[in-house]
Amino acid sequence: MIRAENIFKSFGDVDVLKGIDFLFERGKTNLIIGKSGAGKTVLLKILVGLFEPTDGHVWYDDIDFCTLNEKQVRDIRMKVGMLFQGNALFDSMTVAENIRFPLDMFTKMTLKEKNTRVDECLAQVSLDGSNNKYPSEISGGMQKRVGIARAIVLNPKYLFCDEPNSGLDPKTSITIDELISSITKEFDITTVINTHDMNSVMEIGENICLLHQGKLAWQGNKSEVLDSDNKTLHDFIFASPFLQRLKDRALNK
Amino acid sequence: MFYKETIRQMYDIGIGSLPIVAIISVFIGAVTAVQISYQLSDAFIPNYYIGYLVRDMMIIELAVTFTCLVLAGKAGSKMAAEIGGMRQKEHIDAMEIMGVNTSSYLVFPKIIAAVFCIPILVFISAIIGIFGGYMATILAGLFKESEYIKGLRAFFDPYNIVLLYVKAVVFSYILTTVSCYQGYFVKGGSIELGQASTRAVVYSDILILIADYVIAVVLTV
Ligand SMILES: Nc1ncnc2c1ncn2[C@@H]1O[C@H](COP(=O)(O)OP(=O)(O)O)[C@@H](O)[C@H]1O
Ligand SMILES: [Mg+2]
Repeated sequence: MIRAENIFKSFGDVDVLKGIDFLFERGKTNLIIGKSGAGKTVLLKILVGLFEPTDGHVWYDDIDFCTLNEKQVRDIRMKVGMLFQGNALFDSMTVAENIRFPLDMFTKMTLKEKNTRVDECLAQVSLDGSNNKYPSEISGGMQKRVGIARAIVLNPKYLFCDEPNSGLDPKTSITIDELISSITKEFDITTVINTHDMNSVMEIGENICLLHQGKLAWQGNKSEVLDSDNKTLHDFIFASPFLQRLKDRALNK
Repeated sequence: MFYKETIRQMYDIGIGSLPIVAIISVFIGAVTAVQISYQLSDAFIPNYYIGYLVRDMMIIELAVTFTCLVLAGKAGSKMAAEIGGMRQKEHIDAMEIMGVNTSSYLVFPKIIAAVFCIPILVFISAIIGIFGGYMATILAGLFKESEYIKGLRAFFDPYNIVLLYVKAVVFSYILTTVSCYQGYFVKGGSIELGQASTRAVVYSDILILIADYVIAVVLTV
């Protein structure tokens, strides 16, 4: 469980987040949604401690992240996996070396143990046998999978994904969503996903936080989305003219 | 990890910069020698003074300043672009999440490599420069070889080597930290990356020249 408490963030005189309170629940796929530029990435990076909030607190269970010293932050980081929007795979390392990186940093496992663990993770993301390829040699969807494998290699308790579907075709998007969702369930972790993809919202939106103009505009789950009369939520969901037309048609019938 | 990265940087900065430093030094030495010989040609000053002056100017000032200004352009801009690119592609964030102290991992190996390699480069540069002066004057027949050699041996003050070393260490520290800083805090996209890399060179150059003056005043006056 992660709790954002009254988070403010400004860059210079630009206020990006203006008091966000939200509870990200364990064993669920928690979604942060909102238009591009709404501050999703900023909020996510505050949650993992890459940005310091201008004001407010981030709680990991009952630990206040903002008061930790370097060593304690490192202990938390051992339990955190993160998938970046651009994957952030190291180009000079092979797939296996990328996935092994957190093991090298945090554990004293032998090389053999590490390699076994890397193989397990590759199998989990259905990439068996891609160990020796370089990130530039595999497709975008496969790179995402490698990113996910790297994020889960330490058996994290918290998983963060920044726009896991960006740049992927709809079908690949869905398999990535399903993968993240099944990992969340299987290991009972607290997963936080940034997205502006409506398919994801409707498929894996178990606990949704809608950001709009720096504030929490709506929260709920996927089954509450269509019944809600929240204007911001509707504007966001039916942003595409196609969906708007479908909706109008359904209402007229 | 630190060790491997430091070796890589040493190779990059040291071996990688040797050709350009060598080329520049030969010419600086040659031009210095020819100019001095021109300026002194009508004066009642013995020819061997030319060897002596070229030697001391190379050791005290020209080798270290030229080498470091050039390295700010070559190695500094590369450091800024490399670190800046990692920042923009979120590699730095990813490393932080995976328990790497990125500010030290990305900066320390470069400082160590620079502070170790650049003084050696500067020393080589001084020697090549003196050799360049020799070639330019002797081969052009401006005066006798023995006079140049006599000049090289005259009035040698080991303290000047200390001066070279102090300057080289300070300048390398400046160019590495300034360049890494520019890269580490880059924002935006490729335009900002280009600007950061330019700033790395310009700021390093200016600070190196200021430091040069300060060191000259403090250590020699
Ligand atoms: N490091 C930064 N410095 C200054 N402004 C930033 C920085 N990161 C993000 N911003 C600003 O914060 C706002 C939200 O950005 P972001 O969180 O990336 O949006 P998104 O919801 O698309 O992920 C944007 O207006 C962006 O310009
Ligand atoms: Mg974003």
